[in-house]
Amino acid sequence: MKTPNTTTAQPLLDVRDLKVTYAGGVAAVRGVNLTVNAGQKLGIAGESGCGKSTLALALLRLLPAGTRVTGEILLDGEDVLTMKWGRVRAVRWAGASIVFQGAMHSLNAVHRVGDQIAEPILLHRKATPAGARKKTGELLEQVGLPAARASAYPHELSGGQRQRVMIAMALACDPRLVIADEPTTALDVMIQAQILRLIQQLVSEQELGLMMISHDLAVLSDTCDRLAVMYAGRVVEEGPARQVYEDAQHPYGQALSAAFPRIGDAGSRFAPRGLPGDPPDPSALPSGCTFHPRCAVALNSCAAEDQALRAAAEGRRAACVHVGPVTVADEARSTP
Amino acid sequence: MTTTDPDEPMTTEAPPPVAPSEAPSPPKAGPRALAWQRRRRSAARFWQRYRTHRAGVFGLSALALFALIALTAPLTVGSDVQSVTNAPGRPMESPSAEFPLGTDQFGRSLLGLVVWGSRVSLLVGLLAAVLSVAIGALIGITAGHFRGWYATVMMRITDWFLVMPTLVLAIALATVMSRSLGTIILAIGVTTWPTTARLVRAQTLGVESRPYIERARALGGGHWHVMSRHVLPNVMPLVLAQTTLIISSAILAEATLAFLGLGDPTVVSWGGLLQDAREAGAVSAGKWWYLVPPGIAIAVVALAFTLCGRAVESVLNPKLGVTR
Amino acid sequence: MTTTATVPPVPQAPSAPLLSAEGLHVTFPARRGDTAPARAVDGVDLDIRAGEIVALVGESGCGKTTLARSLLGLVPPTAGRVTFAGRPLDYSSRALKAYRKRVQLVLQDPSGSLNPRHTVYDAVAEGLRIHRYGGDEREAVSMALSRAGLRPPERFFLRYPHELSGGQRQRVVIAGALVLEPELIVADEPVASLDASVRGEILALLLRLRSELGLSALVVTHDLGLAWNIADRVAVMYLGRIVETGAVEDVLTAPQHPYTQALLSVLPEAPGDPVVLTGEPPDPSRIPTGCRFHARCQILANGEAERAGVADACRGEDLPVLDGGGGAQVACHWARTQVAGAP
Repeated sequence: MKTPNTTTAQPLLDVRDLKVTYAGGVAAVRGVNLTVNAGQKLGIAGESGCGKSTLALALLRLLPAGTRVTGEILLDGEDVLTMKWGRVRAVRWAGASIVFQGAMHSLNAVHRVGDQIAEPILLHRKATPAGARKKTGELLEQVGLPAARASAYPHELSGGQRQRVMIAMALACDPRLVIADEPTTALDVMIQAQILRLIQQLVSEQELGLMMISHDLAVLSDTCDRLAVMYAGRVVEEGPARQVYEDAQHPYGQALSAAFPRIGDAGSRFAPRGLPGDPPDPSALPSGCTFHPRCAVALNSCAAEDQALRAAAEGRRAACVHVGPVTVADEARSTP
Repeated sequence: MTTTDPDEPMTTEAPPPVAPSEAPSPPKAGPRALAWQRRRRSAARFWQRYRTHRAGVFGLSALALFALIALTAPLTVGSDVQSVTNAPGRPMESPSAEFPLGTDQFGRSLLGLVVWGSRVSLLVGLLAAVLSVAIGALIGITAGHFRGWYATVMMRITDWFLVMPTLVLAIALATVMSRSLGTIILAIGVTTWPTTARLVRAQTLGVESRPYIERARALGGGHWHVMSRHVLPNVMPLVLAQTTLIISSAILAEATLAFLGLGDPTVVSWGGLLQDAREAGAVSAGKWWYLVPPGIAIAVVALAFTLCGRAVESVLNPKLGVTR
Repeated sequence: MTTTATVPPVPQAPSAPLLSAEGLHVTFPARRGDTAPARAVDGVDLDIRAGEIVALVGESGCGKTTLARSLLGLVPPTAGRVTFAGRPLDYSSRALKAYRKRVQLVLQDPSGSLNPRHTVYDAVAEGLRIHRYGGDEREAVSMALSRAGLRPPERFFLRYPHELSGGQRQRVVIAGALVLEPELIVADEPVASLDASVRGEILALLLRLRSELGLSALVVTHDLGLAWNIADRVAVMYLGRIVETGAVEDVLTAPQHPYTQALLSVLPEAPGDPVVLTGEPPDPSRIPTGCRFHARCQILANGEAERAGVADACRGEDLPVLDGGGGAQVACHWARTQVAGAP
């Protein structure tokens, strides 16, 4: 595996101050900065309502008409938000593709899976149908399914097999960036392990960039290099995946990582850890730091002052008042 | 927060679950009062959404107007408007100031007849539709719930009735039984229930596959409980929408049967008026005022019920995506 | 109702189990296209004692859902029986209805488990109305909602499920089960559809109900971490049989069955190399001969079974049904040799 690009080369994906507001005035994403380099895997952790799926859809301009999107999304240097429509369609799938959540419902039940995989190939590459069929066979083999399965219908496949088909579809046009939105959420533990292993293998073989979205911090820490935790439309913590999982600085990150206990850890035996309350409704966010109503260590100032990301340690940032003071040197070091 | 020191930890405890909207806490009332409160609230919500459908509002106002006319007919025109012997005018007079819609072949005021006829037409339409929907819903729910051979038999019977030409069957029934309003209501009710039955059965099957049905069984609920407390409320919107649609076709059916001479000859109805017009030769003689008013009345009421039905459907099932 | 300390009670020395399955078989008839009937539950003995939380763990298709439902009386067994408080279940509708007051169900998807047209009050009172509760209905509903953590309960009476969050809905479902004052709750994936930060609260609620009300629970899940969090005992199911059972500390930290070992090894944070089994569990209508796991078993595949001399047994000899009691047991030819060989 080649070493990932250093900061001197242009990042594959560079999201700058992205804000997404839906037609009803609901702000789903409120200023997010992220970068992904080729060959690098970034994990986005968060729960319902935090804006992570909105973020994924925004990257390819897949949000419904009437949604206001501001900021910049630079895919290989080009801003997706200001692209002409024809260019957007060319970039979709060939530049970056998405493995959607809930593969069961993302596949058209009346078309064979082979046709569905070949569909983007035919749309983009203008390959001949014969060429597309051959490519489909190759893709299926790559994801661990026999090429003959191309003639099956989605309902004839199991959950794990359907997810593999979704991954094959995402790779159909040789994208540079793959966005996986909760790729293993509905799957069993063993199938989940198979799919994650497959994703890791494909990403390293083809030098792809991967953005993986999940609510399971443990899975993300195992699979990804860097991790960003989202809450109420903002990134509240980011850093190297292992470190963020084992030693989260933001109280929300700590809660997420404690939600799925480590087996063998006596401290979590008969002591399930969760947060009171519920993830905030994007249309009715609390004042100040949006996490304060659920925070065990909230101060009086937290209800009034919002927190920006600040440096917690080298390469790590968290948006919490308890996290260390900002120095210029820290700021410079923390940019990936 | 009792201190003003920003660095002090918050003194509030773990907050109660966040409530999306503030609900006023109800006074110490029993379950009955709570149920009424809930019904009032959902009725208010329904009305708010219904109001946004212009076509539905138009239909509803037209219906309200006709209902008013029908109910106040004894006061406005009186039942002796239909009396043939005391007819006030000359036969087949064209519209004038005294008789705004002219007179019929017996000299009765046509306006009065149309007003009086609304009572029968609306009543028959309503009762026939209620009968039809009641049979259809009962068969649909039981067939969907019980399945097995019972359902197979019921659905085959439904198919049989579905395939039969409704009008022919209604005519056959009306000729065999005595000529009265009850016969008409029965004939229409018994021939139009299959559509409802099929729709309701499909809906029942869908509802019964939901986890909350399993929960109801796990709580100890039997057949009656599941059908009445879970299936019926979920099927009701569909049934209501169907009712309004069937009323309009029932009114048309009644008009048709009366037109064909199968209605009760002693009552005045719009279909009956049309039949009289035809027999009196109004068509060839160009006496349009005899035909047009009853015809328009039938069309407007049927349309009004249809518009209401569609509006109710789209309010209760937004996924249908009916554009306003 | 006993109020014990917050320390969870240690399961008592073997007393009669509260709910038990004895030689349970549930077979579904062959559907069109299949040649054989599907043996969803293929011989299970399982005991749950009072005040105990047992986790039933396995992947989809292993039969754990069917087993749970037959313990509730919702699915009649093809063979074997279910006993509650020492007496076998009577499947007449009257007896089943009375049984429902003592054993209740909490389902996975709280949004689907609640009728969208019923208010929270109606949803919780439903059980009381079915059983024609003689006391004060409103009082019972308030109490159940408070016990489930929704306070003040009056605020929730007129709410509809779609106005609540996922965690609140699950609490309503739990309240609906509690209102009948059952002795045992069967929870099918109680937190699988909930957000990660809300899981802990619901699991803590189940533990609190155990210590405050003495409520036993059978938790069906595919999540081993959940078993670690709240269960006393765990039973691992594969293709209709329980392949390993015992106290959570034993089974999850020192698993003996290759399947359990594989499941634990693929969890993030697990020590050692992950053993990622290939393929998927076979169809319950095509259960392999011999040990039903042998086709995917990593021990057979890497030759260790051969070395231990049990490879033929693995392929040819089926294993006996484990007994339902609390001791650590494993249904594996190779594991037996390991235990025997250990000094």
